[in-house]
Amino acid sequence: MSKMHIKLTVNGQEHEMLAEPRELLIHTLRERLNITGPHIGCETSHCGACTVDLNGKSVKACTVFAAQANGAEIKTIEGFAGPDGLHVLQDKFREHHGLQCGFCTPGMITRAYRLLQENPNPTEEEVRFGMAGNLCRCTGYQNIVKSIMAAAAEMNTAKEAAE
Amino acid sequence: MIPSGFEYHRPSDLPTAVKILDEHGDEARVLAGGHSIIPMMKLRMADLSHLIDLQDVASLKEVSVAGDTVTIGAMVTQAELISNDALAKAAPILREAALQIADPQVRYVGTVGGNVANGDPGNDMPGLMQCLGATYVLYGSDGEREVDAREFYEAAYMTARADNEILTHIKIKATTAGYAYEKQKRKIGDYATAAAAVLIEQSGGKVTSASIAMTNLSDTPIHSTGAGDALVGTACDAAAISSAIAAMQADILPNEDNRGPIEFKRHVAATMLRRAIERAWSRA
Repeated sequence: MSKMHIKLTVNGQEHEMLAEPRELLIHTLRERLNITGPHIGCETSHCGACTVDLNGKSVKACTVFAAQANGAEIKTIEGFAGPDGLHVLQDKFREHHGLQCGFCTPGMITRAYRLLQENPNPTEEEVRFGMAGNLCRCTGYQNIVKSIMAAAAEMNTAKEAAE
Repeated sequence: MIPSGFEYHRPSDLPTAVKILDEHGDEARVLAGGHSIIPMMKLRMADLSHLIDLQDVASLKEVSVAGDTVTIGAMVTQAELISNDALAKAAPILREAALQIADPQVRYVGTVGGNVANGDPGNDMPGLMQCLGATYVLYGSDGEREVDAREFYEAAYMTARADNEILTHIKIKATTAGYAYEKQKRKIGDYATAAAAVLIEQSGGKVTSASIAMTNLSDTPIHSTGAGDALVGTACDAAAISSAIAAMQADILPNEDNRGPIEFKRHVAATMLRRAIERAWSRA
Protein backbone atom coordinates (compact mmCIF):
# COMPACT_ATOMS: atom_id res chain seq x y z
CA MET A 1 0.00 0.00 0.00
CA SER A 2 1.39 3.37 -0.94
CA LYS A 3 2.41 5.70 1.83
CA MET A 4 0.85 9.10 2.14
CA HIS A 5 2.31 12.48 2.84
CA ILE A 6 0.69 13.77 6.02
CA LYS A 7 0.93 17.15 7.68
CA LEU A 8 -0.27 17.78 11.23
CA THR A 9 0.00 20.79 13.50
CA VAL A 10 0.28 19.47 17.05
CA ASN A 11 0.34 21.95 19.93
CA GLY A 12 1.33 24.68 17.51
CA GLN A 13 4.20 22.78 15.93
CA GLU A 14 4.05 21.51 12.34
CA HIS A 15 5.02 17.94 11.55
CA GLU A 16 5.26 16.24 8.16
CA MET A 17 5.66 12.54 7.57
CA LEU A 18 4.97 9.61 5.31
CA ALA A 19 2.49 7.13 6.74
CA GLU A 20 0.48 4.15 5.59
CA PRO A 21 -3.24 4.91 5.32
CA ARG A 22 -3.99 2.35 8.03
CA GLU A 23 -1.94 4.21 10.64
CA LEU A 24 -4.16 5.41 13.46
CA LEU A 25 -3.71 8.95 14.74
CA ILE A 26 -2.95 7.72 18.27
CA HIS A 27 0.07 5.77 16.96
CA THR A 28 1.27 8.74 14.92
CA LEU A 29 1.19 10.93 18.00
CA ARG A 30 2.73 8.44 20.41
CA GLU A 31 5.22 6.55 18.30
CA ARG A 32 6.37 9.05 15.68
CA LEU A 33 6.04 12.34 17.50
CA ASN A 34 6.72 11.02 21.01
CA ILE A 35 3.57 12.78 22.25
CA THR A 36 2.59 10.17 24.81
CA GLY A 37 0.05 12.15 26.82
CA PRO A 38 -2.91 10.70 24.91
CA HIS A 39 -3.05 7.11 26.16
CA ILE A 40 -4.14 3.87 24.57
CA GLY A 41 -6.81 2.41 26.81
CA CYS A 42 -9.56 0.30 25.29
CA GLU A 43 -8.73 0.88 21.60
CA THR A 44 -12.45 0.54 20.87
CA SER A 45 -13.57 4.19 21.20
CA HIS A 46 -15.18 3.64 24.59
CA CYS A 47 -12.75 4.83 27.27
CA GLY A 48 -11.63 8.26 26.05
CA ALA A 49 -8.02 7.93 27.30
CA CYS A 50 -6.80 8.79 23.78
CA THR A 51 -8.90 11.97 23.51
CA VAL A 52 -7.28 14.83 21.61
CA ASP A 53 -8.68 18.14 20.41
CA LEU A 54 -8.83 17.98 16.60
CA ASN A 55 -9.93 21.11 14.73
CA GLY A 56 -11.87 22.22 17.80
CA LYS A 57 -13.58 18.91 18.52
CA SER A 58 -12.87 16.27 21.14
CA VAL A 59 -11.97 13.12 19.24
CA LYS A 60 -10.83 9.62 20.19
CA ALA A 61 -7.51 9.28 18.40
CA CYS A 62 -7.71 5.47 18.41
CA THR A 63 -10.59 5.62 15.94
CA VAL A 64 -9.24 8.16 13.44
CA PHE A 65 -6.71 7.43 10.72
CA ALA A 66 -3.83 9.88 10.52
CA ALA A 67 -4.81 10.28 6.86
CA GLN A 68 -8.23 11.59 7.89
CA ALA A 69 -6.54 14.15 10.11
CA ASN A 70 -4.22 15.35 7.33
CA GLY A 71 -3.98 19.15 7.60
CA ALA A 72 -5.57 19.27 11.06
CA GLU A 73 -4.76 21.36 14.10
CA ILE A 74 -4.39 19.09 17.12
CA LYS A 75 -4.06 19.91 20.79
CA THR A 76 -3.00 17.29 23.34
CA ILE A 77 -2.36 17.47 27.07
CA GLU A 78 1.23 18.47 26.25
CA GLY A 79 -0.14 21.75 24.88
CA PHE A 80 -1.83 22.90 28.08
CA ALA A 81 0.80 24.11 30.53
CA GLY A 82 2.29 27.48 29.59
CA PRO A 83 5.39 29.42 30.65
CA ASP A 84 3.49 30.54 33.75
CA GLY A 85 2.84 26.99 34.89
CA LEU A 86 -0.08 24.62 34.78
CA HIS A 87 -3.29 25.30 32.89
CA VAL A 88 -6.16 26.09 35.25
CA LEU A 89 -7.76 22.68 34.52
CA GLN A 90 -4.55 20.88 35.43
CA ASP A 91 -4.23 22.99 38.55
CA LYS A 92 -7.80 22.26 39.65
CA PHE A 93 -7.44 18.52 39.01
CA ARG A 94 -4.43 18.62 41.35
CA GLU A 95 -6.13 20.77 43.96
CA HIS A 96 -9.35 18.72 44.04
CA HIS A 97 -7.70 15.33 43.72
CA GLY A 98 -9.36 14.75 40.34
CA LEU A 99 -7.08 11.81 39.65
CA GLN A 100 -5.61 8.81 41.36
CA CYS A 101 -3.65 6.59 38.98
CA GLY A 102 -3.64 9.32 36.32
CA PHE A 103 -4.16 7.11 33.28
CA CYS A 104 -7.41 8.77 32.19
CA THR A 105 -6.32 12.28 33.17
CA PRO A 106 -4.86 13.56 29.86
CA GLY A 107 -8.05 12.55 28.06
CA MET A 108 -10.21 13.96 30.86
CA ILE A 109 -8.52 17.36 30.82
CA THR A 110 -8.40 17.57 27.02
CA ARG A 111 -12.12 16.78 26.83
CA ALA A 112 -12.99 19.10 29.74
CA TYR A 113 -11.16 21.92 27.95
CA ARG A 114 -13.41 21.62 24.88
CA LEU A 115 -16.51 21.24 27.04
CA LEU A 116 -15.73 24.51 28.82
CA GLN A 117 -14.98 26.24 25.51
CA GLU A 118 -18.49 25.34 24.35
CA ASN A 119 -20.23 25.78 27.68
CA PRO A 120 -18.22 28.05 29.99
CA ASN A 121 -20.75 27.84 32.80
CA PRO A 122 -22.00 24.25 32.98
CA THR A 123 -24.18 22.70 35.66
CA GLU A 124 -22.90 19.59 37.38
CA GLU A 125 -25.30 17.56 35.25
CA GLU A 126 -23.95 19.13 32.06
CA VAL A 127 -20.38 18.34 33.15
CA ARG A 128 -21.33 14.71 33.74
CA PHE A 129 -23.14 14.48 30.37
CA GLY A 130 -20.29 16.24 28.58
CA MET A 131 -17.67 13.97 30.14
CA ALA A 132 -19.59 10.75 29.46
CA GLY A 133 -17.09 9.63 26.83
CA ASN A 134 -14.24 9.41 29.34
CA LEU A 135 -13.97 6.53 31.78
CA CYS A 136 -12.12 6.63 35.10
CA ARG A 137 -11.76 3.45 37.13
CA CYS A 138 -10.32 5.11 40.26
CA THR A 139 -12.06 8.25 41.38
CA GLY A 140 -15.76 7.52 41.08
CA TYR A 141 -15.88 10.81 39.12
CA GLN A 142 -16.88 13.00 42.10
CA ASN A 143 -13.57 14.82 42.23
CA ILE A 144 -13.24 15.01 38.46
CA VAL A 145 -16.57 16.83 38.31
CA LYS A 146 -15.51 19.05 41.22
CA SER A 147 -12.23 19.89 39.47
CA ILE A 148 -13.98 20.87 36.23
CA MET A 149 -16.59 22.97 38.05
CA ALA A 150 -13.79 24.74 39.95
CA ALA A 151 -11.85 25.33 36.75
CA ALA A 152 -14.96 26.78 35.07
CA ALA A 153 -15.49 29.15 38.00
CA GLU A 154 -11.88 30.32 37.94
CA MET A 155 -11.81 30.75 34.16
CA ASN A 156 -15.00 32.84 34.38
CA THR A 157 -13.60 34.98 37.20
CA ALA A 158 -10.44 35.58 35.17
CA LYS A 159 -12.52 36.48 32.11
CA GLU A 160 -14.64 38.96 34.10
CA ALA A 161 -11.53 40.55 35.60
CA ALA A 162 -10.11 41.00 32.10
CA GLU A 163 -13.26 42.73 30.79
CA MET B 1 -5.16 -2.99 16.94
CA ILE B 2 -4.21 -1.84 13.48
CA PRO B 3 -6.37 -2.70 10.47
CA SER B 4 -4.87 -4.44 7.47
CA GLY B 5 -3.64 -2.26 4.63
CA PHE B 6 -5.81 -0.33 2.20
CA GLU B 7 -5.61 2.53 -0.28
CA TYR B 8 -7.02 5.84 0.97
CA HIS B 9 -8.95 8.16 -1.35
CA ARG B 10 -10.24 11.62 -0.55
CA PRO B 11 -12.32 12.86 -3.51
CA SER B 12 -13.84 16.33 -3.42
CA ASP B 13 -16.99 15.57 -5.39
CA LEU B 14 -19.54 12.79 -5.71
CA PRO B 15 -18.90 11.75 -9.33
CA THR B 16 -15.25 11.06 -8.46
CA ALA B 17 -16.24 9.11 -5.38
CA VAL B 18 -18.69 6.98 -7.39
CA LYS B 19 -16.07 6.39 -10.07
CA ILE B 20 -13.73 4.91 -7.45
CA LEU B 21 -16.59 2.77 -6.12
CA ASP B 22 -17.40 1.58 -9.65
CA GLU B 23 -13.78 0.67 -10.27
CA HIS B 24 -13.33 -1.42 -7.15
CA GLY B 25 -16.79 -2.89 -6.48
CA ASP B 26 -17.21 -4.48 -3.07
CA GLU B 27 -13.48 -4.04 -2.38
CA ALA B 28 -14.24 -0.38 -1.70
CA ARG B 29 -16.29 1.36 0.98
CA VAL B 30 -17.02 4.99 1.71
CA LEU B 31 -15.82 6.46 4.99
CA ALA B 32 -17.99 8.99 6.82
CA GLY B 33 -17.18 9.44 10.53
CA GLY B 34 -15.60 6.00 10.64
CA HIS B 35 -16.85 5.10 14.11
CA SER B 36 -18.58 1.96 12.84
CA ILE B 37 -16.22 0.91 10.06
CA ILE B 38 -12.86 1.59 11.73
CA PRO B 39 -13.64 -0.66 14.75
CA MET B 40 -14.82 -3.35 12.30
CA MET B 41 -11.60 -2.97 10.28
CA LYS B 42 -9.52 -3.25 13.46
CA LEU B 43 -11.28 -6.50 14.32
CA ARG B 44 -10.71 -7.65 10.72
CA MET B 45 -14.47 -8.08 10.39
CA ALA B 46 -14.55 -5.63 7.50
CA ASP B 47 -12.27 -6.58 4.66
CA LEU B 48 -11.67 -3.92 2.05
CA SER B 49 -8.81 -2.59 0.02
CA HIS B 50 -10.07 0.92 -0.79
CA LEU B 51 -11.46 3.46 1.63
CA ILE B 52 -13.09 6.56 0.15
CA ASP B 53 -13.17 9.40 2.69
CA LEU B 54 -16.11 11.74 1.96
CA GLN B 55 -15.03 14.57 4.28
CA ASP B 56 -14.15 16.91 1.39
CA VAL B 57 -17.48 16.52 -0.43
CA ALA B 58 -19.00 19.79 0.72
CA SER B 59 -22.53 19.12 -0.55
CA LEU B 60 -22.89 16.26 1.95
CA LYS B 61 -22.53 18.66 4.89
CA GLU B 62 -25.60 20.74 4.05
CA VAL B 63 -28.79 21.02 6.06
CA SER B 64 -31.83 22.76 4.62
CA VAL B 65 -35.33 23.42 5.87
CA ALA B 66 -37.51 24.63 2.98
CA GLY B 67 -41.20 24.82 3.82
CA ASP B 68 -41.96 21.47 5.40
CA THR B 69 -39.18 19.60 3.60
CA VAL B 70 -36.08 18.96 5.68
CA THR B 71 -32.95 17.74 3.91
CA ILE B 72 -29.96 16.52 5.90
CA GLY B 73 -26.64 15.78 4.21
CA ALA B 74 -25.18 12.37 4.97
CA MET B 75 -21.95 13.84 6.40
CA VAL B 76 -23.75 15.97 9.01
CA THR B 77 -22.45 14.79 12.38
CA GLN B 78 -24.64 13.94 15.34
CA ALA B 79 -23.15 16.96 17.15
CA GLU B 80 -24.05 19.27 14.24
CA LEU B 81 -27.54 17.81 14.14
CA ILE B 82 -27.94 18.44 17.89
CA SER B 83 -26.75 22.04 17.67
CA ASN B 84 -28.81 22.95 14.58
CA ASP B 85 -31.71 25.14 15.76
CA ALA B 86 -33.62 24.94 12.46
CA LEU B 87 -33.65 21.14 12.72
CA ALA B 88 -34.65 21.28 16.38
CA LYS B 89 -37.66 23.35 15.35
CA ALA B 90 -38.57 21.30 12.26
CA ALA B 91 -38.29 17.86 13.87
CA PRO B 92 -37.31 17.98 17.55
CA ILE B 93 -37.27 14.17 17.82
CA LEU B 94 -33.98 14.26 15.85
CA ARG B 95 -32.15 16.07 18.65
CA GLU B 96 -33.76 13.97 21.36
CA ALA B 97 -32.58 10.76 19.68
CA ALA B 98 -29.12 12.04 18.69
CA LEU B 99 -28.37 13.03 22.30
CA GLN B 100 -28.83 9.38 23.25
CA ILE B 101 -26.30 8.11 20.71
CA ALA B 102 -22.84 7.10 21.96
CA ASP B 103 -20.89 9.83 23.79
CA PRO B 104 -19.70 13.40 23.06
CA GLN B 105 -16.48 12.41 21.28
CA VAL B 106 -18.29 9.96 19.04
CA ARG B 107 -21.07 12.46 18.30
CA TYR B 108 -18.51 15.03 17.06
CA VAL B 109 -17.41 12.56 14.40
CA GLY B 110 -20.23 10.07 13.82
CA THR B 111 -22.55 11.07 10.99
CA VAL B 112 -26.27 10.73 10.36
CA GLY B 113 -25.59 9.19 6.95
CA GLY B 114 -23.20 6.58 8.31
CA ASN B 115 -25.66 5.72 11.04
CA VAL B 116 -28.55 5.11 8.63
CA ALA B 117 -26.57 3.56 5.75
CA ASN B 118 -24.58 1.04 7.77
CA GLY B 119 -27.61 -1.19 8.34
CA ASP B 120 -26.53 -2.10 11.86
CA PRO B 121 -29.69 -3.06 13.80
CA GLY B 122 -28.14 -1.39 16.86
CA ASN B 123 -27.98 2.07 15.31
CA ASP B 124 -30.66 4.50 16.49
CA MET B 125 -31.20 6.65 13.40
CA PRO B 126 -32.68 3.86 11.23
CA GLY B 127 -35.52 3.32 13.72
CA LEU B 128 -36.04 7.04 13.99
CA MET B 129 -36.22 7.35 10.19
CA GLN B 130 -38.89 4.60 10.11
CA CYS B 131 -40.91 6.62 12.56
CA LEU B 132 -40.48 9.84 10.54
CA GLY B 133 -41.18 8.10 7.22
CA ALA B 134 -37.90 9.46 5.84
CA THR B 135 -36.66 9.15 2.26
CA TYR B 136 -33.03 8.31 1.49
CA VAL B 137 -31.33 9.76 -1.59
CA LEU B 138 -28.84 7.39 -3.22
CA TYR B 139 -26.33 8.52 -5.83
CA GLY B 140 -24.62 6.21 -8.31
CA SER B 141 -23.18 6.22 -11.81
CA ASP B 142 -26.74 6.04 -13.21
CA GLY B 143 -27.72 9.16 -11.29
CA GLU B 144 -29.90 9.68 -8.28
CA ARG B 145 -32.75 7.62 -6.88
CA GLU B 146 -34.87 7.78 -3.76
CA VAL B 147 -35.78 4.91 -1.44
CA ASP B 148 -38.23 5.01 1.47
CA ALA B 149 -36.45 4.38 4.75
CA ARG B 150 -39.18 1.83 5.47
CA GLU B 151 -38.13 -0.13 2.36
CA PHE B 152 -34.37 0.30 2.83
CA TYR B 153 -33.43 -2.32 5.43
CA GLU B 154 -33.36 -5.95 4.26
CA ALA B 155 -31.40 -7.72 7.00
CA ALA B 156 -28.55 -6.89 9.37
CA TYR B 157 -26.02 -4.83 7.35
CA MET B 158 -28.01 -5.56 4.16
CA THR B 159 -29.79 -2.62 2.59
CA ALA B 160 -31.30 -1.50 -0.69
CA ARG B 161 -28.13 0.50 -1.41
CA ALA B 162 -26.08 -1.05 -4.22
CA ASP B 163 -22.31 -1.48 -3.68
CA ASN B 164 -21.59 1.36 -6.09
CA GLU B 165 -24.09 3.83 -4.63
CA ILE B 166 -23.58 6.47 -1.95
CA LEU B 167 -26.32 7.57 0.42
CA THR B 168 -26.09 11.34 0.06
CA HIS B 169 -29.10 12.88 1.77
CA ILE B 170 -32.00 12.14 4.06
CA LYS B 171 -35.31 13.88 3.47
CA ILE B 172 -38.03 14.16 6.06
CA LYS B 173 -41.24 16.14 6.47
CA ALA B 174 -41.14 18.75 9.23
CA THR B 175 -43.46 17.69 12.03
CA THR B 176 -45.02 19.39 15.01
CA ALA B 177 -46.42 16.09 16.33
CA GLY B 178 -45.82 15.10 19.94
CA TYR B 179 -42.58 13.14 19.97
CA ALA B 180 -40.35 10.92 22.09
CA TYR B 181 -37.32 8.70 21.67
CA GLU B 182 -36.85 6.36 24.64
CA LYS B 183 -33.76 4.18 24.83
CA GLN B 184 -32.58 1.67 27.40
CA LYS B 185 -28.86 0.92 27.31
CA ARG B 186 -26.50 -0.84 29.68
CA LYS B 187 -24.03 2.03 29.77
CA ILE B 188 -23.10 5.24 27.97
CA GLY B 189 -21.94 4.43 24.46
CA ASP B 190 -23.82 1.16 24.25
CA TYR B 191 -26.39 0.27 21.64
CA ALA B 192 -29.98 0.00 22.78
CA THR B 193 -31.25 -3.04 24.61
CA ALA B 194 -34.50 -1.64 23.25
CA ALA B 195 -35.58 1.78 22.02
CA ALA B 196 -38.84 3.28 20.81
CA ALA B 197 -39.53 6.27 18.54
CA VAL B 198 -43.01 7.73 18.71
CA LEU B 199 -44.81 10.60 16.94
CA ILE B 200 -48.42 11.38 17.88
CA GLU B 201 -50.83 14.01 16.49
CA GLN B 202 -54.05 14.79 18.28
CA SER B 203 -57.19 16.81 17.84
CA GLY B 204 -59.80 17.39 20.54
CA GLY B 205 -58.18 14.92 22.92
CA LYS B 206 -58.14 12.03 20.41
CA VAL B 207 -55.14 10.63 18.56
CA THR B 208 -55.45 11.45 14.86
CA SER B 209 -52.22 9.80 13.75
CA ALA B 210 -49.43 7.82 15.36
CA SER B 211 -46.15 6.48 14.05
CA ILE B 212 -44.16 3.96 16.09
CA ALA B 213 -40.77 2.38 15.39
CA MET B 214 -38.46 0.16 17.43
CA THR B 215 -34.65 -0.16 17.49
CA ASN B 216 -32.47 -3.27 17.97
CA LEU B 217 -35.33 -5.70 18.44
CA SER B 218 -35.03 -7.47 15.07
CA ASP B 219 -32.32 -7.68 12.43
CA THR B 220 -33.83 -4.53 10.90
CA PRO B 221 -35.50 -1.51 12.48
CA ILE B 222 -39.23 -2.13 12.86
CA HIS B 223 -41.98 0.28 11.87
CA SER B 224 -45.04 -1.10 13.64
CA THR B 225 -48.13 0.11 11.78
CA GLY B 226 -50.24 -2.06 14.07
CA ALA B 227 -48.97 -0.24 17.14
CA GLY B 228 -49.69 3.16 15.60
CA ASP B 229 -53.15 2.09 14.45
CA ALA B 230 -53.99 0.88 17.97
CA LEU B 231 -53.69 4.46 19.23
CA VAL B 232 -55.63 6.25 16.48
CA GLY B 233 -59.09 7.38 17.57
CA THR B 234 -58.37 6.77 21.25
CA ALA B 235 -57.63 9.21 24.04
CA CYS B 236 -54.25 7.48 24.45
CA ASP B 237 -55.52 5.87 27.68
CA ALA B 238 -54.00 2.87 29.42
CA ALA B 239 -56.04 0.35 27.41
CA ALA B 240 -54.98 1.91 24.09
CA ILE B 241 -51.31 1.94 25.12
CA SER B 242 -51.54 -1.74 26.12
CA SER B 243 -53.04 -2.57 22.71
CA ALA B 244 -50.24 -0.65 20.99
CA ILE B 245 -47.64 -2.57 22.99
CA ALA B 246 -49.29 -5.89 22.11
CA ALA B 247 -49.27 -4.95 18.42
CA MET B 248 -45.59 -3.93 18.65
CA GLN B 249 -44.72 -7.27 20.30
CA ALA B 250 -46.21 -9.07 17.30
CA ASP B 251 -43.93 -7.14 14.93
CA ILE B 252 -40.53 -7.49 16.67
CA LEU B 253 -38.32 -10.57 16.71
CA PRO B 254 -35.50 -10.06 19.22
CA ASN B 255 -32.54 -12.41 19.55
CA GLU B 256 -30.87 -13.51 22.74
CA ASP B 257 -27.40 -11.94 23.07
CA ASN B 258 -25.19 -10.24 25.66
CA ARG B 259 -27.92 -7.64 26.24
CA GLY B 260 -30.21 -10.31 27.60
CA PRO B 261 -32.62 -13.12 26.81
CA ILE B 262 -35.61 -12.66 24.54
CA GLU B 263 -38.12 -12.31 27.37
CA PHE B 264 -36.09 -9.52 28.94
CA LYS B 265 -35.82 -7.67 25.64
CA ARG B 266 -39.57 -7.90 25.12
CA HIS B 267 -40.07 -6.59 28.64
CA VAL B 268 -37.73 -3.63 28.02
CA ALA B 269 -39.33 -2.99 24.62
CA ALA B 270 -42.75 -2.72 26.29
CA THR B 271 -41.42 -0.34 28.95
CA MET B 272 -39.64 1.88 26.41
CA LEU B 273 -42.71 2.06 24.19
CA ARG B 274 -45.05 2.83 27.10
CA ARG B 275 -42.80 5.69 28.24
CA ALA B 276 -42.34 6.99 24.71
CA ILE B 277 -46.09 6.99 24.01
CA GLU B 278 -46.81 8.74 27.31
CA ARG B 279 -44.21 11.42 26.69
CA ALA B 280 -45.16 11.93 23.04
CA TRP B 281 -48.84 12.23 24.06
CA SER B 282 -47.97 14.79 26.72
CA ARG B 283 -46.32 16.87 23.99
CA ALA B 284 -48.99 16.33 21.32
